[in-house]
Amino acid sequence: MTALTVTDLTVLRGECPVVDQVSLSLQAGEITGLIGPNGAGKTTLLRAILGLQPHSGTSSLASLPARQRARTAAWMPQTREIAWPVAVETLVMLGRVPHLAGGAKPSAEDRAATARALADMALNGFETRAATDLSGGEQARVLIARVLAQETPIILADEPIAGLDPAFQIATMQIFRRLADQGKTILAALHDLGLAARHCTRLLLLDKGRLVADGPPRDVLTPENLHRVFGIAAHVMETEHGLIFQPLEITR
Amino acid sequence: MTLSRLFGILSAIVAALFCASLLIGPAGFGIGDSISALIRGDGEAVTLVMREIRLPRALLAVMVGVSLGLSGAALQGFLRNPLAEPGLIGVTSSAALGAVIALQTGFAASFALALPISALIGALVSVLLLLLLAGPRGGSLTLILAGIAISALAGAFLSLVLNLSPNPFAVSEIVFWMLGSLSDRSFDHVMIALPVMMLGWTLLASLGRGLDALTLGQDAAASMGIHLGRLRLRMVVGVAASVGAATAVAGAIGFVGLVVPHILRRYVGARPGALLPASALGGAAMVLAADIAVRLILPDRDLKLGVLMAIIGAPLFLHLIYKTRRQMT
Repeated sequence: MTALTVTDLTVLRGECPVVDQVSLSLQAGEITGLIGPNGAGKTTLLRAILGLQPHSGTSSLASLPARQRARTAAWMPQTREIAWPVAVETLVMLGRVPHLAGGAKPSAEDRAATARALADMALNGFETRAATDLSGGEQARVLIARVLAQETPIILADEPIAGLDPAFQIATMQIFRRLADQGKTILAALHDLGLAARHCTRLLLLDKGRLVADGPPRDVLTPENLHRVFGIAAHVMETEHGLIFQPLEITR
Repeated sequence: MTLSRLFGILSAIVAALFCASLLIGPAGFGIGDSISALIRGDGEAVTLVMREIRLPRALLAVMVGVSLGLSGAALQGFLRNPLAEPGLIGVTSSAALGAVIALQTGFAASFALALPISALIGALVSVLLLLLLAGPRGGSLTLILAGIAISALAGAFLSLVLNLSPNPFAVSEIVFWMLGSLSDRSFDHVMIALPVMMLGWTLLASLGRGLDALTLGQDAAASMGIHLGRLRLRMVVGVAASVGAATAVAGAIGFVGLVVPHILRRYVGARPGALLPASALGGAAMVLAADIAVRLILPDRDLKLGVLMAIIGAPLFLHLIYKTRRQMT
């Protein structure tokens, strides 16, 4: 089942296209990694798909009314902002904002969703602590929990696992896996190609705003693509644990 | 402390200070006489003082306090900055400019409400200019910059008016008005300010959920269905209506909008939405208390409310900064 369709999406900065004629469609149950070097346009593409960025072309998400879109897709920005020292539980509960009717208090369902998200990110015992007092990695987990609490069919995340320790990087990817198995759709911009190769079912490779490769990790992480787009060579090996990717050297 | 308990305590403080404000004054009536005069209307002089002088004064203190507290909390929440205050977007100085022009030209003397009406016009012009300058998208940086520019411009024109003043009496009248006061106000002032303020309060009270979502930043809030452009419009018009009306009837009163949200933030778990009603009550309590204090400290010298507020507010603010600094290290 198609969850998200994007056609000829283009974002201009002045005359220069930052995202150039990108078309793609995502199926329910996929974990898609959006990869590409710095400045390839990953963040801009995700924001344009959500309609947070002026663009031309169409995105099935951006064309929804704001409230309905917020119930369809959750967005985790790259900048991890927590402006006030609010309690962790309160912050995660903000994920329920799109589900609340005007002025309504959180329902039992909202509380249950918040509790599930807190448990998923192993934040039990943190509920009443001020989110701003936590470490950077813990804050990242709180913000992922907020996205999970929104309980949307689609999750778009920009560098969700940057700054997490290895255990939580794997745990987060496994939670995405579980959500995908439940029929959700995950699209995450990732810099760690090793984790992307191992946990994603599909990779989108972005270079200078253009979508240059799209497919299963082993078809995207080819020596030619790695050299042309990232300027690196890597050791890629199919093992019983899945695809193993290790960058080796710079090729240009 | 639960929220309902906090609101209960704040409401009780406001009610107690409101009664104290009614009962304290240079006329020195007994408590029983004052209350019976206010309610039943017997005893001509006492009734007149209670109903025409003290009641509007106490009501205005509440209205101005609610406006300033609510506006401060809304601006801090929107800008995600605890140092924001209502004066930041230039409404206070523009309203003051409107009033000062009315005083200078003699328009203020032409009818009873000419002064507050001129101040409201000043506030309105500044908001239109602000929205024009800040652009259609919901950003906060352009809003701050536009506000600073408008404040500076209004300040320059204020100085120009003082500079070109025909005589020292006009200058002293203007300067004293700008210091901010609630003395010698009537029900006419209540009636002109109240509808404008209520418009502002209604707009600001509706911001709670949007401000809560903004805790996660503009992008996350927008992705959760919060329309930032509309949120900012409601915030700006709400602040302008409440603070413009407050300045129109009471002159420029600083520090309430800055200090009150700062004090109350910890009691609402730092949630910007819950801080709105708390700061409204807290602002009312603070202005009532200060307006009682100016009558008690120097009853014969007409100590100005704005002056006292700054004298109390600045050290209080320094204390808060000191405490924040200790928490951070």
